[in-house]
Amino acid sequence: MIELKNISKSFPDKLVLDNISMCLEQGKTNLIIGQSGSGKTVLLKCIVGLEEVDKGEIIYDDVIFNHLDFKKKKDIRKKIGMLFQGGALFDSLTVEENVMFPLEMFTNQSVEENLHRANACLKRVNIINANKKFPSEISGGMKKRVAIARAIALQPRFLFCDEPNSGLDPKTSILIDQLIKEITEEYQITTIVNTHDMNSVMEIGDKVIYIFQGKKAWEGSSTDILQSDNKDLNDFIFASNLAKKIKSFYS
Amino acid sequence: MFKFLVQLGRYYIFLSKVFAKPENKKIYYRQIIFEIIELGVKSIGIVAIISTFMGAVITIQTAYNTENPLLPKYLIGLTARDSLLLEFSSTVVALILAGKIGSSIASNIGTMRVTEQIDALEIMGVNAASYLVLPKIIAVVFFNPFLTLLSIGVGLFGGWMAGILTGIITSQDYIYGIQYAFIPYYIGYSLIKIVCFGFIITTVAAFNGFYVKGGSLEVGQSSTKAVVYSSVLILFFNVVLTQLLLS
Ligand SMILES: Nc1ncnc2c1ncn2[C@@H]1O[C@H](COP(=O)(O)OP(=O)(O)O)[C@@H](O)[C@H]1O
Ligand SMILES: [Mg+2]
Repeated sequence: MIELKNISKSFPDKLVLDNISMCLEQGKTNLIIGQSGSGKTVLLKCIVGLEEVDKGEIIYDDVIFNHLDFKKKKDIRKKIGMLFQGGALFDSLTVEENVMFPLEMFTNQSVEENLHRANACLKRVNIINANKKFPSEISGGMKKRVAIARAIALQPRFLFCDEPNSGLDPKTSILIDQLIKEITEEYQITTIVNTHDMNSVMEIGDKVIYIFQGKKAWEGSSTDILQSDNKDLNDFIFASNLAKKIKSFYS
Repeated sequence: MFKFLVQLGRYYIFLSKVFAKPENKKIYYRQIIFEIIELGVKSIGIVAIISTFMGAVITIQTAYNTENPLLPKYLIGLTARDSLLLEFSSTVVALILAGKIGSSIASNIGTMRVTEQIDALEIMGVNAASYLVLPKIIAVVFFNPFLTLLSIGVGLFGGWMAGILTGIITSQDYIYGIQYAFIPYYIGYSLIKIVCFGFIITTVAAFNGFYVKGGSLEVGQSSTKAVVYSSVLILFFNVVLTQLLLS
C-alpha cells in the first residue's frame, strides 16, 4: 500500500500538484485520471522519487519514502516496476536482454537462470519469437508488453504505468489493460495507472482518482462513476456523444 | 558569468555521480569492452586517414618553406616529426574525436534522456550517470593513447610517401631527419595531452546529453554544444598543459 499525504509540487513557473492526498491499495489497479497536462506524470514521478515533492509525505508500507536517504530509497526502488509512456526500452539491447537487464544488475543468478526468468516474463505477456529483435523492430503494443515484462522481472511489489495505452489501437489497449490487471491480482501488487482513456477506466478501474487542475477532484470505483454527478468528472469521462448516451442510460 | 559558474557546479556534481562505486562490476566490465570498440576501435579509420594526409601536407609545406640550399634536407623530416609529436597527433586528433565521439556520446545519452530510458534506469535503482558514462570515460582514456601512437606512425609514413613521390626529399634524408635530435619526452607529452583531452570530450559530451530536456531537436542541439564546448576546452587546456609540461 502507498499513501500520499498533502503533497504539493511546483515548477518555477507553475503549481502542478496542489495538496493531494490519496491511498493506493494493494492487489488493486488504482487509476489516476485527468486531462493531458493535468499533472499525472508529475504525480507518478513524485511518488517514485524521480521528482522531489515540495511538501507532504509519500509513505510505502509505513515507511516515509521522501525523507529517506539515497541508499534507503534505492532499496525501496528495487521493489518498484515502472512502465513508461513510450516503453523506455533500452534501444541498444535486444528484447531478451532488456528483460534480463534488471536481473543481471541486481541478482547473482547464473545467466541460464536469468534467461529462464526473462523468458517466463516474456511468455507471461505473450511475447514469443521476438527475443532477439531490437526495440526499433517491434510494434508499439509489443514494446509496451516487453516493458511490462521488464518491469515485473524482479517481482515488484509496486507497479507504476504511465499511460500504458497511449498510441495504441483500442483492441491492443484493452489487451494491455487486462494484462496489467491480471498481473496485479496474480502477484498482489499495488498498481498505479495513469490514463486519460475512458475504456481503461471502465475496464480495470478498481479505484479511480480524478485530478483536475492540480487538485484531487473525485475518488471512487468505476461503477461509482456512472452515478456520479461531479460536473468536471462527467465532462471529462463522458466527453463524446456516445458516452453521454451511455451515462444517461445508466442514471 | 554567473551562468557559467552554475554550469561548472552542475558539471562537478555530475562527475561526482559518475565516479560513484559501480553496482555490478561484471556489467561495467562488459560495457567497457563494448565502448572500447564503439568509441576507440571504430575511430582508427578516420584517425589513420587524416594523419596520413596531415603528415604529407606538413612535409610538402616544410619543403617549400625551406627551399634554401643552406638548410639541410633532413630538417624536413625533423619538422614533420616534431609537428606530429607536439601538436598534430594529440590536439588535432582530439579535435577530430570531439566531432566524432563527442557528438555520438551526447546524442546517444540525450536520446536516452528524452525517451525516459534514463528514468527507467534510475527507477530500477541503477546510478544512470555512472552506468552510462564511466565505461565511456575509461574506454576513451585507455584507448586514446593508442590512437595517438597510431597517428604519429601513420603521419610519419604519410610524410615519407609525400616526400618520395614528389621528389622533394630522399628516403635517407627523411629517415635521418625523423631520428635527428629526437626527444623521447615529446611522446610522453603527447600521450598525457590526449588522455586529458579524452577525459574532456567524454565528460563534456555526456554532461550535455544527460541534462537534455525536450525532444529530438534539443538532443541535436546538445550534441552540437558538446562538440563546440569540448573543442574550445581542448584548445584552452592545450595551452595550459603545454605551459605546464614543456616549460
Ligand atoms: N520538468 C518540468 N519543468 C517544468 N514544468 C513541467 C515539467 N514537467 C512537467 N511540467 C508541467 O507540468 C504540467 C503537468 O504535466 P504532466 O504531468 O506531464 O501532465 P500529464 O497529466 O499529461 O501527464 C504541464 O503543464 C507541464 O508543462
Ligand atoms: Mg503524461
